[in-house]
Amino acid sequence: MSTDAVETAAYSRSDKSANEVLLEVNGLKKYFPIKQGIVFQKTVGNVKAVDGISLKVRKGETLGLVGESGCGKSTAGKTIVRLLEPTAGSIKFEGQEIATASGGPLKAVRRDLQMIFQDPYSSLNPRHTVAAIISAPYRIQGITPPGGAKKAVQDLLELVGLNPEHYNRYPHEFSGGQRQRIGVARALALRPKLIVADEPVSALDVSIQAQIVNLLEKLQNEFGLAFVFIAHDLSVVRHISDRVAVMYLGHIVETGDSDALYESPRHPYTVALLSAVPIPDPDIERNRQRILLQGDLPSPADPPPGCVFNTRCWKAQDKCRKEQPPLVEIAPGHELACFFPIEPTDAAPTAQQLAAAAQFVEQEEPHSDTAHDFIGAGATEQAYLHNPAPTEEVTSWNQDDSSL
Amino acid sequence: MVRYIIRRVLQAILVVIVVSVVTFGIFQIGPVVFGADPTYLYVGKVASPNEVKAVRHKLGLDKPVPVQYWIFMKGIVVGRDFSDGTSTVHCSAPCLGYSFRYSQPVTQLIAGAFPVTLSLTVGAAILWLSIGIPIGIISALRRGSLLDRSLMAFALAGVSFPTFVLGLLLLLIFSYGPLWLRWFPNPHYVPFTQNPWEWFHNLILPWLTIAITSAALYARLTRANILEVNSEDYIRTAVAKGLPRRSVNRHSMRSALTPLITIFGIDVAGLLAGAIVTEQVFNLPGLGKLAVDAIGQQDLPVIMGVTILGAVFIVVANIIVDILYGVADPRVRFQ
Amino acid sequence: MPAPTNDSRAPFLRVENLAVTFPSEDGEVKAVRGLSFEVRRGETVCIVGESGSGKSVTSQAIMGLHKGSKAKVTGEVWLDNQELVRLSDRDMRSLRGSKMAMIFQDPLSSLHPFYRVGVQLAEAYQVHHNVSKKEATERAAAMLDKVGIPSARKRLDDYPFQFSGGMRQRVMIAMALMNDPELLIADEPTTALDVTVQAQILELIKDLQRDFGTAVLLITHDLGVVAETADEIVVMYGGQAVERGNVDEVFYKPKMPYTWGLMTSVPRLDRDQKGELEPIPGTPPSLINLPSGCVFHARCGYSRFVGGPCWEDAPTLEPTPAGAAHLSRCHLPVEARDGLWTARINGALVPEVLTAAPDAPEPIPVVANSVSEA
Repeated sequence: MSTDAVETAAYSRSDKSANEVLLEVNGLKKYFPIKQGIVFQKTVGNVKAVDGISLKVRKGETLGLVGESGCGKSTAGKTIVRLLEPTAGSIKFEGQEIATASGGPLKAVRRDLQMIFQDPYSSLNPRHTVAAIISAPYRIQGITPPGGAKKAVQDLLELVGLNPEHYNRYPHEFSGGQRQRIGVARALALRPKLIVADEPVSALDVSIQAQIVNLLEKLQNEFGLAFVFIAHDLSVVRHISDRVAVMYLGHIVETGDSDALYESPRHPYTVALLSAVPIPDPDIERNRQRILLQGDLPSPADPPPGCVFNTRCWKAQDKCRKEQPPLVEIAPGHELACFFPIEPTDAAPTAQQLAAAAQFVEQEEPHSDTAHDFIGAGATEQAYLHNPAPTEEVTSWNQDDSSL
Repeated sequence: MVRYIIRRVLQAILVVIVVSVVTFGIFQIGPVVFGADPTYLYVGKVASPNEVKAVRHKLGLDKPVPVQYWIFMKGIVVGRDFSDGTSTVHCSAPCLGYSFRYSQPVTQLIAGAFPVTLSLTVGAAILWLSIGIPIGIISALRRGSLLDRSLMAFALAGVSFPTFVLGLLLLLIFSYGPLWLRWFPNPHYVPFTQNPWEWFHNLILPWLTIAITSAALYARLTRANILEVNSEDYIRTAVAKGLPRRSVNRHSMRSALTPLITIFGIDVAGLLAGAIVTEQVFNLPGLGKLAVDAIGQQDLPVIMGVTILGAVFIVVANIIVDILYGVADPRVRFQ
Repeated sequence: MPAPTNDSRAPFLRVENLAVTFPSEDGEVKAVRGLSFEVRRGETVCIVGESGSGKSVTSQAIMGLHKGSKAKVTGEVWLDNQELVRLSDRDMRSLRGSKMAMIFQDPLSSLHPFYRVGVQLAEAYQVHHNVSKKEATERAAAMLDKVGIPSARKRLDDYPFQFSGGMRQRVMIAMALMNDPELLIADEPTTALDVTVQAQILELIKDLQRDFGTAVLLITHDLGVVAETADEIVVMYGGQAVERGNVDEVFYKPKMPYTWGLMTSVPRLDRDQKGELEPIPGTPPSLINLPSGCVFHARCGYSRFVGGPCWEDAPTLEPTPAGAAHLSRCHLPVEARDGLWTARINGALVPEVLTAAPDAPEPIPVVANSVSEA
């Protein structure tokens, strides 16, 4: 049993607002072109997976990035780490612009900016030993850790709670939770400053999730790591994050301190989202007021004009359908993109109001709003990847990324 | 869907053009790189320089390579004349060239050889589908049983035999073997119009040669597909709905057999282009034999003609298969 | 629509000592070992467990989906007044989809990709009723409408992939309800869905249950979903029920260390939990080589206080306190358990409460195990 529980009192969530800013993202966009044409493929539109987001992550801080499928959070994570090429916008890491960097400078940044992936079953190469996987960053960066790679690997294995003797085993010999630990070890090899974790616990059982969450917090404490924690499980995000950003259809709608946001959300979407999360407490559940959003998520290829949430928002007015609300700071540390935010005195919307506000979208193309859809990629990308024609090449918008 | 088809047709035309260029190009390596003169293939050993020159001109071999290619391709559409001032040979569209070995337009040669290959292909296809798929289905339904394992063992054997071994073996037993097993005559071809029974009789061994290998393959594929589909969630749902076995099987067949469409199309196209080995073994004057002989004799026009025809078959088959697949699998249709 | 029977307190589904074993290369997989529970009309029973607990196998065994396979199913499953385990596959067919229906986790892979939705729905109806295709299609349209799919009639001609995830799950629900089943088994129906969609689907199931008095058996690993929907809970671990009872009882007064572990390892939306989560160390047991004694003992922090019985004798499912409807499977002294739980949620793992229990043996040193490996 975890005797560390007694030590939890010592681990407090300190105020990190005075720390230096490690990562600053401004107006980041990632569009996937939709190509059509008989002989020559013309770009007829774009899937606007990420449509202008701005966020800051300070040293040692965890920023939770939440949203449902199709909101673009996974795409955002991958674009920040330059696994995908940004379409526009700026990504500054330690003051250095990396959105357009390439070659040497980009490789150097990769020492400090690492990623953990969602699916522990497919993000590790089954043909490589654990040692090869974890020591790969050393080889790629041309660094020899003091004491040698083997010792470093064993130290890392121990750090993440695995048996150092197992360094010559293959991924299939480990369980899901253990594999995820291997992924964490790999991300830690170069002692990065910031780790983007893309749904690191979604594919794991509940009791294992807790182990991995604790591990990440312990490592953060020990190494002063910053995290961008991308997840759809709002309870986990609240637990682990200092600050949280809520995404909807490629936009950030609200950002703020974790507790403040969960206790008094101001954006209608955030309110609806939080009210939908079930709480493991029957009494609370019985007496709870649910806001059941109606209508469909609009397609990111054809986002609605004005505020992206206006097609389902019960507070939407004409202005919302015409202008896009900018992300502004309404209180210290609390940013909001809404013209008519929720006031604490507002009554919850009735079912009729929600039904009246909702617009349904005619679905023609394959569309997916499932949460843990496919391995490692956001639902938006994978909705197209799921149904390729047998001999016809897949619609090319999801293959335009030839970075690295 | 229509846009999809148009795009595929255009791509197909492009492929055929590329194939024709490449084939044409291969036979220019001699003349262009080594300076060898192909005219000497068409004249006797004792020919005067004038005769050689005349033949060269007649065949258009004195023109630059790209022009030769252009003349050839144009001929396919509008026909072509081979003239040396004294005699003219007219080759009407589609003119795939003129073979001086056989003294016939290539198109005619092909037209003569095609029915043979067609008979061979269609018969073999019917045979392998009607043997292979049911075996695969039975094996899958009786998975793990002795029947299943024996059938799959035979299938493995069938797939492992190279066609020429199988063909020669069949001949050895049924044409040249012990008298009481000599059910088939020396291999040759009898046109259907001449004698339907003989046509049929003489094609049985060649059909078996091709069909056994393919049936084995299809049996294994069918079985694998059915087993895979049966573990799919939607089959579980069908059972959970209370559907009777045969309805559940219908659901699985629909999914399991659809991928076979693609494979079948390509297989048939490949055979139509010339079942080279089988035709050689059984002495059937089909496109395959035509192609092999032409290569041996460096009869460029025939080679070009057969190759282009083969390419056309394959691209057309691809298009048809894609369309059929779209009919079967709606996810493809809505791209 | 079946009217609820006058005897609506009698269980509609009764599972007694269900056991399911699968042969495998490495040995017998004892997926379910002696499971018993009941579901009444109009009631929702949730089976909670993690992967490897046997919850999905249970639901499939009730539907008889293992008949004809190599699995061995023993015990009794009573649906109304009919026993199902000994029924043949053919006889089960008339019940499947009509008296009891099932919905699955992933609606995309659970609907046939090549058939239109209207066809699949109509088929579900025609298999059990002798009606024309037209009538079945009419009913399909009505069902789609009832589950909240807009333009229902038009959408009959669509294929499953043309629906969004939430809509697809509604289609599955519509298909399950075509024949007005009296028992609905939902195997992780919302796990693959977004949280706002999940809320809609759970609400839909609740509404339908209220309208038709359906008995609902819901399988899930999400405690929040359980709190939202359950009347009764069955907590499964290692193929057995380790705790069973009314939802309030199990949530507020859990009596078994595994349940305690589940409750404390889950972060809550409404709690400012900035301390560490309390995970359950170790991994779920192998169902081939089951541990001796209590199936949970290797991961249980309290086994060292009880001693030998934990790893020698498998505890039985007993009412705790005696005579109650709340059952649990544990060797810890019954009187001590509430105290232990209270101590646990206040952060103390090794509370004084335990040593004060009357018949607690001397603490035995912890047996070394790979606690941190998960």
